[in-house]
Amino acid sequence: MTPPTAQDTSAGELPLQQLDRVVIRFAGDSGDGMQVTGNQFTRTSALFGNDLATLPDFPAEIRAPVGTRPGVSGFQLQFSSSDIHTPGDQPDVLVAMNPAALMVNVSTLKKGGIVIVNSDAFKATDLKKAKCDTNPLEDGTLDGFRVIEVGINSRVSEALADSPLSNKDKQRCKNFYTLGLMYWVYSRPLEPTLEWLEEKFKGKDDLIAANQIALRAGYNAGDIRELFQGQYEVPKATLQPGTYRNVMGNQALAIGLVAGARLAGLKPVYCSYPITPASSVLEFLAGYKNHGVVTIQSEDEIAAICSAIGASFAGTLGMTGTSGPGMALKGEAMGLAISTELPLVIVDVQRAGPSTGMPTKVEQSDLLSSIFGRNGDAPMPVVAISKPSDAFELSIEACRIAVQYMTPVILLSDNFIANGAEPWSLPDLDSLEPFPVQFAEEKTEDFQSFGRDEKLARPWVKPGTPGMEFRIGGLEKAPSSNISYDPDNHQAMTDMRHQKVRNVADSIPTPEVDGADSGDLLVLGWGSTVGILRQAVENARAKGQSVSRIHLTHVWPLPHGLDEIFSRFKSVLVPEMNVAQMTYLLRGELPDHDYIPFNKVTGQPFLVTEVEAEIKRVLDESAGA
Amino acid sequence: MTDTAQPALTKKDFASDQEVRWCPGCGDYAILNALQKHMAESGADPAKTVFVSGIGCSSRFPYYMNTYGFHTIHGRAPAVATGVKVANPDLDVWIVTGDGDSLSIGGNHLAHILRRNLDVNILMFNNEIYGLTKGQYSPTSPVGTKKKSTPMGSIDRPFEPAQFAVGAQATFVARTIDQDQKHMSKILKAAAAHKGTSFIEILQNCVIFNKDFYATTVEKKVRPERTVDLSAGEPMIYGAERDKGLRFNGFTVERCAAEEADVWHPDTPSHAPAVLIAGMRDDPEMPVPVGIMRSVEAPIYETGVNAQVEDAIATKGAGNLKDLVYDGEIWTVD
Repeated sequence: MTPPTAQDTSAGELPLQQLDRVVIRFAGDSGDGMQVTGNQFTRTSALFGNDLATLPDFPAEIRAPVGTRPGVSGFQLQFSSSDIHTPGDQPDVLVAMNPAALMVNVSTLKKGGIVIVNSDAFKATDLKKAKCDTNPLEDGTLDGFRVIEVGINSRVSEALADSPLSNKDKQRCKNFYTLGLMYWVYSRPLEPTLEWLEEKFKGKDDLIAANQIALRAGYNAGDIRELFQGQYEVPKATLQPGTYRNVMGNQALAIGLVAGARLAGLKPVYCSYPITPASSVLEFLAGYKNHGVVTIQSEDEIAAICSAIGASFAGTLGMTGTSGPGMALKGEAMGLAISTELPLVIVDVQRAGPSTGMPTKVEQSDLLSSIFGRNGDAPMPVVAISKPSDAFELSIEACRIAVQYMTPVILLSDNFIANGAEPWSLPDLDSLEPFPVQFAEEKTEDFQSFGRDEKLARPWVKPGTPGMEFRIGGLEKAPSSNISYDPDNHQAMTDMRHQKVRNVADSIPTPEVDGADSGDLLVLGWGSTVGILRQAVENARAKGQSVSRIHLTHVWPLPHGLDEIFSRFKSVLVPEMNVAQMTYLLRGELPDHDYIPFNKVTGQPFLVTEVEAEIKRVLDESAGA
Repeated sequence: MTDTAQPALTKKDFASDQEVRWCPGCGDYAILNALQKHMAESGADPAKTVFVSGIGCSSRFPYYMNTYGFHTIHGRAPAVATGVKVANPDLDVWIVTGDGDSLSIGGNHLAHILRRNLDVNILMFNNEIYGLTKGQYSPTSPVGTKKKSTPMGSIDRPFEPAQFAVGAQATFVARTIDQDQKHMSKILKAAAAHKGTSFIEILQNCVIFNKDFYATTVEKKVRPERTVDLSAGEPMIYGAERDKGLRFNGFTVERCAAEEADVWHPDTPSHAPAVLIAGMRDDPEMPVPVGIMRSVEAPIYETGVNAQVEDAIATKGAGNLKDLVYDGEIWTVD
């Protein structure tokens, strides 16, 4: 069966069809503005009231050679009238601005899905740049899809005939034409984007006008040209009652750090060296100076953590942020913060490794290096964010642990969370529990700089306090803070540092099991797989499978109670975007259970279907055994 | 000070209770002595004074001062000090480092603290050798230095610390000598008075691994002929008889009679004179310059950082958390 194409669409009624959820993938050259297009669609859908989740997928190169496959930038979003947890496995609609974008993405498209292509970008030279020997619009590549060809370049030129902009600048409005077209198809309002353009290009009236005209032209084209067989509508989602905003992971994380410092009663000092995909945390915080935030863009990764340590020594809350390679560079200084027992928050927005790896692709492969990756026995708590909307509270949690236990804390995020966006149910700020820091200001008779409270935390003395002068450093120390090479002291200090971090588990809740308390299989996840695993487990349960799910936000120390929970299931399936690091950890910590690793390191998130298939495989195997 | 003030502190008040553990005869003792004396004489407040060090023999220094102290990791003292000073600009921060700590493993941080012009004092003990690791050549050792790791002599050209500092836009660069207590006191005082980063190279005697360097350059008996002490507005004169002088001739410095010597200005708009003067170190025929080689004013980093926070509060108003969380487009679901 040949699917209908734009050419054979006959004029007539344009029906309005209701859909529950739609996955769109915008793809184009990295200069085509696909991230802007995707973000605008996201924003408009959020304001409209859909639930949504996004997956930006862009190259590390700022502008790879135009029209080539490495230069393709994509933005996928799922918007829905019901509760969704992922950006979707397979797009229903692919918008491809050139042959390279089409070829890179077509394999992910749902069978029978819609492909909207910019047919003006399929000339011989374009095909050559994309390394296409034949024209994919003609060679059968798109058989089985509904192809809608739109000459976007020409349409934009026509629409902007009266604009004073140069031809080159006119063509840069292509993405808004495309966005307009998609707004028509999915019955979205234009106003949010029209307003956004006015704000974005304030003072540049020609640019505002041109982009607004392009947006409207795209919208009207859908209406007039009858490219489509109808319009679709994705009604508002029935989200939990509350107040919402749309938020990206790195932004929620930055706001959480400000909140954490405030709850501790401290000035936040964030020191960082730019690195993908963590740079925007620094950029967001640099914009919050009126909230008392101090930021330093350091000369390198090591300087960044060292300045943060210096800031904590001086009695503020030092923070630093980076991604994998930067974590490796910060290792020695993390040891210094552990040895001197200074509070510090270290953000690691993980990316694919090793070495430079794939800077813009997702991975969870810094888990074990976060927990263990330093010289000496150097324990440190590790907290893992799982989605943009929980970045706020887990950033606060990292600050709490840091100041209450006088320890550096690693806060893990990843590229999927950092650049992904979703509606955030805004917290009641009055309900946030403060954890004000009490600096030691008086030298009681038995005072020691490395004395201990009931949690094993040492007192925090800040320079400037009269009569409390002391010296600290990375050399092993006696409780007095003086250097000590005493064998028994080193044993005691090592044991104490270890136990102090273990004690953090006393302050964290046992995670709840999603689903039945016992059964054949428990799926355990941490970090950004949460939505995918939740969806996969819901689907499996709908099929009658005995599967429950648990999610860890505190990956070190592990929360209490896991041993007992695991014992109620035959096996624990551990999907992770690394080579079985959590499985390795669990086998060491809680060895009495059957762990089944399930791993993927393609730089792309799991698909729900992949996890579902693995759940089925494990259950079938166990039933057959 | 008023009559009700605390009694003035003495040198002893700045000594910690820790036993000093440098080798007997080490130049570091003299520097410690001068520093404790300077602290007492300048009326420093131990509670507001912080010594930050890296790793190496010199970096044990903070343990011996009865002030706040932070013995950090190799090469990173400037980065730690940056955090301390930005977090609390009221603290008087001193960095103690060595030639390896500051110019090898920590070269990057030294360059950047100097260009930022943090208001701290850097004491760089230069003995042209790695002492704590038992005698390998350092980035300031001359070419051909034969040590255990360089049995056939070192190949790489040394850094000239003052040129490095001046090149990194340091606003105060000076050099002094561990055993010349009077000179060191004068330099410490000038450095403490300077607003911005003061970089003080202290030629220091490692009696175990590199005493020859010291003996031939700055030891008391050769010092008058082998060094020239530079002071602002004074002619560049040296020699036991004060009969020798230095003058600029284009892009070189040349020796001349005392009466023909040029007057030294460490505050010229161009840093070229300081680079030329510091470069004399490469020439064994020329005296080693000590004294103040550069002294200019520039904006201070931590002042600027904190002023931006104040400005943002003044223009946007002090932010509360609600503004940050409930920002942008928000909507309500009933």
